Amino acid sequence: MKLVTAIVKPFKLDDVREALSEIGVQGITVTEVKGFGRQKGHTELYRGAEYVVDFLPKVKIEVAVSTAMLDQTIEAIIKAANTGKIGDGKVFVSSLEQVIRIRTGETGEEAI
Amino acid sequence: MENEIFQLQYALDTFYFLICGALVMWMAAGFTMLEAGLVRSKNTTEILTKNVALYAIACIMYMLCGYAIMYPELGSSLLAGITADGVTGADEPATYAPSADFFFQVVFVATAMSIVSGAVAERMKLWAFLAFAVVMTGFIYPMEGNWTWGGESVFGLYTLGDLGFSDFAGSGIVHLAGASAALAGVLLVGARKGKYGADGSIKAIPGANLPMATLGTFILWMGWFGFNGGSVLATASVESANAVAVVFMNTNAAAAGGLIAALITARAIFGKADLTMALNGALAGLVAITAGPDTPTPLLATLFGAAGGVLVVFSILTLDKLKIDDPVGAISVHGVVGLFGLLIVPVTNADVSFSGQIIGALTIFGWVFGTSLIVFGIIKAVMGIRVTEEEEYAGIDLSECGMEAYPEFVSN
Repeated sequence: MKLVTAIVKPFKLDDVREALSEIGVQGITVTEVKGFGRQKGHTELYRGAEYVVDFLPKVKIEVAVSTAMLDQTIEAIIKAANTGKIGDGKVFVSSLEQVIRIRTGETGEEAI
Repeated sequence: MENEIFQLQYALDTFYFLICGALVMWMAAGFTMLEAGLVRSKNTTEILTKNVALYAIACIMYMLCGYAIMYPELGSSLLAGITADGVTGADEPATYAPSADFFFQVVFVATAMSIVSGAVAERMKLWAFLAFAVVMTGFIYPMEGNWTWGGESVFGLYTLGDLGFSDFAGSGIVHLAGASAALAGVLLVGARKGKYGADGSIKAIPGANLPMATLGTFILWMGWFGFNGGSVLATASVESANAVAVVFMNTNAAAAGGLIAALITARAIFGKADLTMALNGALAGLVAITAGPDTPTPLLATLFGAAGGVLVVFSILTLDKLKIDDPVGAISVHGVVGLFGLLIVPVTNADVSFSGQIIGALTIFGWVFGTSLIVFGIIKAVMGIRVTEEEEYAGIDLSECGMEAYPEFVSN
């Protein structure tokens, strides 16, 4: 089992969610986050004076999938979140030791 | 029959005067919303408190002594005799009730004082500000009002009316006066912490709530019809009704011109359409036309307003360069454009002279700025006018009022 963590542009969240539903992903967790990568922050003007936005808003999506589903999950996220411009985000993959569904006590891939 | 027609005129003019006064009173709400929108959320409760309190102080001080100082022949202190009618025993029979005149005048005092609160926002102590409001509304404003609308001589030296000075609804008497006091306050209280970097850089401190600032601007825009329209002082004759309609039309035109001009100017300079500048532009258009809304054509009124709108953007940028920190742009909108408004009156009104307007503006500025500097200076020496650095960082809502405007949000 794998945990896929994707940081994407907020306006791409709906596209990613739909793409994941289409390949049969049953659930995702979404967090509003802020940060910077190569895109860095940017400056804005207010009444002629500059202010710097150091951390840009992004959305963090966490998906737990079976190892068999991993490649198509990653592909779905990348395809849906890609704009070709700087700041599109990243996908991190880590292994998942155990998953437990609280209601039934099921474990492993049954619980995903 | 003649008496009945006069009664009708008296009733209609009085009614019109009162409704216009109520519209101007509503401008207090406009200033409150505009200022609350352009400060940070941690200073919202305090700016709201300042605005409601200054309005009430203005009403009480103008009743106690302000009206009597401004119009010695109309009112004695505590408004003795104000409840009589305007005809019986009057030297010059008026077509409206004397108490309606007081009501219309008192809301103008509050407007002048409202201008100060925005400029010194986010760092001046609440009670220091309110102490200043007592002197401003009870003495400083009524004195210069006495020399202008009151028609009296300036300390017996010269009479502005004789020099060709005219200020229809108060570009100078109300707006420049308020801005002059605001400038004195800003110079003594200093800039907000973090506004100017040690290296001389200018930093932006964005306002918390632009919908509120926009609503405030629309409220002011609407209230201004009472401000300028009511200054015709009558509506119950063909002549005065025409004048009222022209004033309404030109007031509206100038605001529209000011907004568009400021929006385009901001877009040209910054590359983005700065809403706050557009809002200041509408108000600048209104201030620009206030000294003479009765004489220009609608096109000229629009252009006067537009010139005010361009002027206000450059004025705001210049004041920032001079490190005069005015969070809402009040000194630019009401002071710089107020002066501009006075100076353009002779363009369309042959009875008014440039020299008279300049002397009038200098008199108003010199008096209000000078006395405000002294009064703020005394308050500073006695009780201090600025909150501590720590209080400023935490927000003066907590240190001055003990409550936050939005307690369910946790952020600075």
